[in-house]
Amino acid sequence: MINPINQAESSFGKVLYERLFKNKEGLIAFAILAFVILIIFPTVLSPFRLNLTGKYLCYAFAAVGLVMCWGNAGILCLGQGLFFGAGGYCMAMFLKLEASDPESTAIQSTPGIPDFMDWNQVTELPWFWNPFKSLPLTIALIITLPALLAYILSVFYFKGRVSGVVFAILTQSMVACLWYFIVGNQGYFGGINGITDLKTLKGWDIRTEDAHYLLYYLCCFLLLFCILLSRYILSTRLGRVLIAQRDKEMRVRFSGYNITSFRIFIFCFAAVVSSIGGAMFTLQVGFMSPNLIGIVPSIDMVIFTAVGGRESLLGAVYGALAVNAAKTAFSEAYAAQWLFFYGATFIVIVLYLPKGLAGIYHDHIKKWIGKSMSSSKNNDGETPALVTEEKNAE
Amino acid sequence: MMHKTNQLKRKLKTLFSVFFLLSSSSFVMGNEEFPTAEVCKTGLAVTDDTVTVGQLHSITGTMAISETGSVEAERLAIKQINDMGGVLGRKIEIIQEDGASDWPTFAEKSKKLIIQDKVACVFGCWTSASRKAVLPIFEKENNMLYYPTFYEGLEASKNVVYTGQEAVQQILWGLDWAYENLGARTFYLIGSDYIWPRTSNKIARNHIERFLKKKDSKCKVVGEEYYPLGHTNFRSLINKVKLKKPDLIYSIVVGGSNVAWYKQLKAAGITSNKYNLLTISTTEDELLGIGGENAEGFYACMKYFQSQKNPNNQAFVKAFKEMWGEDSVIGDVTQAAYLGPWIWKAAVEKAGSFDIDNVHAAHPNIELPDAPEGYVRVHETNQHLYSRAKIGKITKDGQFEVMAISDDLIEPDPFPKGYQ
Repeated sequence: MINPINQAESSFGKVLYERLFKNKEGLIAFAILAFVILIIFPTVLSPFRLNLTGKYLCYAFAAVGLVMCWGNAGILCLGQGLFFGAGGYCMAMFLKLEASDPESTAIQSTPGIPDFMDWNQVTELPWFWNPFKSLPLTIALIITLPALLAYILSVFYFKGRVSGVVFAILTQSMVACLWYFIVGNQGYFGGINGITDLKTLKGWDIRTEDAHYLLYYLCCFLLLFCILLSRYILSTRLGRVLIAQRDKEMRVRFSGYNITSFRIFIFCFAAVVSSIGGAMFTLQVGFMSPNLIGIVPSIDMVIFTAVGGRESLLGAVYGALAVNAAKTAFSEAYAAQWLFFYGATFIVIVLYLPKGLAGIYHDHIKKWIGKSMSSSKNNDGETPALVTEEKNAE
Repeated sequence: MMHKTNQLKRKLKTLFSVFFLLSSSSFVMGNEEFPTAEVCKTGLAVTDDTVTVGQLHSITGTMAISETGSVEAERLAIKQINDMGGVLGRKIEIIQEDGASDWPTFAEKSKKLIIQDKVACVFGCWTSASRKAVLPIFEKENNMLYYPTFYEGLEASKNVVYTGQEAVQQILWGLDWAYENLGARTFYLIGSDYIWPRTSNKIARNHIERFLKKKDSKCKVVGEEYYPLGHTNFRSLINKVKLKKPDLIYSIVVGGSNVAWYKQLKAAGITSNKYNLLTISTTEDELLGIGGENAEGFYACMKYFQSQKNPNNQAFVKAFKEMWGEDSVIGDVTQAAYLGPWIWKAAVEKAGSFDIDNVHAAHPNIELPDAPEGYVRVHETNQHLYSRAKIGKITKDGQFEVMAISDDLIEPDPFPKGYQ
């Protein structure tokens, strides 16, 4: 006695389940990540360390974006910091306006505008700061602005079939341009100092311990949501075309697909995901600086992705966590020599782990789990998708 | 390398002493004169015989070359204080963190020092950007930063002691001196493009147009230009300077750009024979890279020069070279960094407490009569230093010949009226 509607629902559920997790293994891996960041970290880590971890997780957004556009669509972007920064600056501009009410800026020659504007002889709020007076508009901009930027920056190149290394270098020059733009316009964006001294979000003090906990959870949930969304995209036909054009561009073109729009879409998607990370960064760290959108941080983001395994969404999160934790640990233990240790870690990873952390899992741990599983009960089915994925990596 | 292992040892030692204290505090009276419960009520890292402070500078990255001098000076001061018996009978232990020339890293590390290590104060930061990045954290967590660099002013936090000059202290007297002694009537203002040079030039322009003009109506600013940090091509600027023929080139070019700037000036024939240049951004540290012969005869306005001939300074230079090598040079900021630990010591001893609020309350009017630069005193309200400005003339060996010293102690005034 099965209700037909129930059946439909359960089959819908099944489809969704398959799309999001592929199989039991995918679900378990996702659950483990969720368990680690949502339960283990908050219980084990001190508030200070948890706040740091929250900061690392913000970088994981950028890494997830890169897994989508680089790992799965073959578009290497060396300028992901641009979009991370766009989100971060949008949020920072909103918070700065809130922190610059006329009372707390009474000492300035023009009270009511951000302090750095006053130092730079700007006497009224520039027009493009006006949208940041409203939180809904700011959130809308955090999502649309990077998408728009990514669209404008990529549409001509992709239409002109610019790809590969050339495009990677172009993205790098874009991020350098934005850096100069922000540093050069210090009256409007705070210049090299960035936008600092952010205090409250709609009257809610974001610097307290409680706020840090809440923002950490918000950051985790958004990250998990972005991962699920990415998985969903990859499981649709859209995702398969993306992977196909990465591996055999011409064949996909000759099959009648307009690759350009697929590429633009995924580039914009990666930009939006990174931007959300940037906005969360500003909230948790309490300031935004052009240092986060330069060439170096952008390459850092590629490194997180590579360490995690560039095709693995979960790997990206672990990669961002591992690299940043290593950076903090080395620099705290050896303030003068930490860069050498940090560099050595990368050399080891490039030499011995070209597939990153996800590679370790696929090549070693999985086999071992498979063995112990098959000895106890029937193997749940080696997933063909993952096997192809494994072959695709290098 | 060396102090790294020392630091590890020291960390272990602290750990041991903590255990020791925990296990034996009931039997052994630690510091009888200043019991720990009395001098530290806010949970700072103070034991019966040690007190832990933080040190936060860039020791890697582009700023490392500038900040190393400050690191070394602070370590020298702390070593000397420890040799004298420490502060309130406690030896100073240092936890050093690397800001890595990256402002977000500065923020992270300052949080670590304050929240996790619970240091009694922090000596650190160099650029304004790094100070701005850590300032909200110091204010929120209520800790004390001793900041050594000359900077743009417009700030007076109760959680920062500014041991360098703010802009007004460095600029006004220097311009007056150039007016009197170099006959400067026309001025060309040049700077790197960020907050400090811009604010400084704003103050300079105001002073020229409002005050010097009253003395002589010919006084005016004939040009004002900014270039991005790290800029290395100054040829078009140099052509403009040649066209305007200013009596004084007022230069606030900072960092690596300095080397290109002075070399190109020399190549274009702008030397001290024909032109006067006054800088507030070039110290002995930068001259090491520029080469004294490329800037010989130009002037700088600072509050300290390594070549100052007073006995205190000679002892300081000797001790510095003994600790860090015969080749080391000491610039204005390095000396200001050296003052930090001494001011903190004086304030703690005056307050009889390490607690931040008490130290803050003790800061006003603290004097260091025998500082290398000469007598200095902490301001009554704004935690900056009264100091004397000096004019130095660059010599071939990359040092300065002291030409003039201001008669009065110049009052720090971070929010100057009429100059904003």
